[in-house]
Amino acid sequence: MEQLNGWFTELLSGNLIFTANTLSFYWGGLVTTVQLVFLSLLIGVILAVPLAIGRGSKRRWIKLPIYAYTYVFRGTPLLIQLYLVYYGVVFFDGIQDSIFWVVFKQAFFPALIAFTLNTAAYTTEIFHGAIKNTAKGEIEAARAYGMSRKLMMRRIILPSAFRRALPAYGNEVIFMLHASAVASVVTIMDLTGAAYYVYARFYAPFQAFIFVALIYLCLTFSIMFVFRRLEKRLLAHLRPRA
Amino acid sequence: MNKWITSALLAGALVSGQILGQAMAQDDKDTVRLGIDVPYEPFVMRDADGKLEGFEIDLGNELCARANLECSWVEQSWDGIIPGLLARKYDAILSSMAITPERERQVMFSLPYYNTPSVWITARDRDIDIDDKQSLEGLSVGVQRGTIRDVYVTQEYGDVLDIHRYGSSQEVVNDLQSGRLDLTFEDFPIAVDAIDFRQDDSPYKQLGDSIKTPTSIFGKGAAMAFRQRDKALAAKFDKAICEVYADGTFDKLMEQYFDYDLSVRPSEADCAQ
Repeated sequence: MEQLNGWFTELLSGNLIFTANTLSFYWGGLVTTVQLVFLSLLIGVILAVPLAIGRGSKRRWIKLPIYAYTYVFRGTPLLIQLYLVYYGVVFFDGIQDSIFWVVFKQAFFPALIAFTLNTAAYTTEIFHGAIKNTAKGEIEAARAYGMSRKLMMRRIILPSAFRRALPAYGNEVIFMLHASAVASVVTIMDLTGAAYYVYARFYAPFQAFIFVALIYLCLTFSIMFVFRRLEKRLLAHLRPRA
Repeated sequence: MNKWITSALLAGALVSGQILGQAMAQDDKDTVRLGIDVPYEPFVMRDADGKLEGFEIDLGNELCARANLECSWVEQSWDGIIPGLLARKYDAILSSMAITPERERQVMFSLPYYNTPSVWITARDRDIDIDDKQSLEGLSVGVQRGTIRDVYVTQEYGDVLDIHRYGSSQEVVNDLQSGRLDLTFEDFPIAVDAIDFRQDDSPYKQLGDSIKTPTSIFGKGAAMAFRQRDKALAAKFDKAICEVYADGTFDKLMEQYFDYDLSVRPSEADCAQ
């Protein structure tokens, strides 16, 4: 530990930008980014499962509103959605005095709401596509066993669809991580916010942004690694046998 | 034909030589050309006839009169204003140029003659004491990212205030109005334009005094810039700046153009030299 500490101090000495102080900014940014992305993905997935099932419903009054929702949120930039939630909510009269203000006063929750709605829209479409493409044979086999539609959805279609949706969903997770960089425009000190701060403080754009790019790269590779492992396990039955 | 041109040129040279000689004989004032970027209201602008006017024009003319110099103004856009000085297009810059270490490597600065203050602003009905640090715990303040105000707030209040950093000052104002921010710390002229906090019926008010120190953060202020070697010329203007401050001429000029204080009174030590 002593040795590590000495090595660290030596590494930091002789440069004016990456002091312990700015590194703590980056660390705080990393924590915020991971929190924001993880929470929005988690809530997004929970929302997306029923929405994806509803999206494939035969009833128009279920299907169409969900389609409209995914269409709007996939059809507009995340930055605009973030601005609309962050600056838009204050136009509701009296919101400052309501209990919602506790949530909307902080920049974190408007951002979380915008990110969640955005990723839920994409995830809904990914799951919907996977559900729609379930092999006919699997469904026919389930019917032959006399399963009800509910049971068939739970036992056959959804497990199979989630597995097949995994690679596409892994991409969505990475896209979400990258898209979260816009959070800094509403004063959230995420990774990009920290980089902006260091850039503005030391007028050193290249160092500030190359460093944060490396952190994003590490995060992306970790996510990719996790999904590769998952795919290997869960999609083993789809691989050609040697 | 050639003869005509030659004689015309000769005549011209003679006449201009005469005029020059006359001018030199008439008074022994040196001529100094001052570079300025136009417009930057109310420091410099053009009146209806196209003549230059403004706070810096009046101040510059006053300084020249005191230094016993004949001054003329040369217009130069901002991005070429230091190269223009070094290329001898004019002899000094008097154009709201803030003293910075980067610029000090290229030019020599006079004493600063003004510095715009920064100001704390909050809602009119709020009761906040900005000097009582403990009472500020947990309040939110909005600043424009990377500005000197950001540096000041981070350094002085980073441990108590919740600092929100924005890309532009307009966004700060948005969130002050939305109620997300309890405070903002803003450049005075920008705040006057954007928030209008000095009207009695305005929902906002100034907290405490305007702030211009420490100079390590806010800078020394705007000063005249000279070529490094023109020490004698710079000394003349330093003396003139001390004089206009000492006898109240500066304050009179300032009141004519501004309703807030942007003076940076030179110290006696600076003026004694």
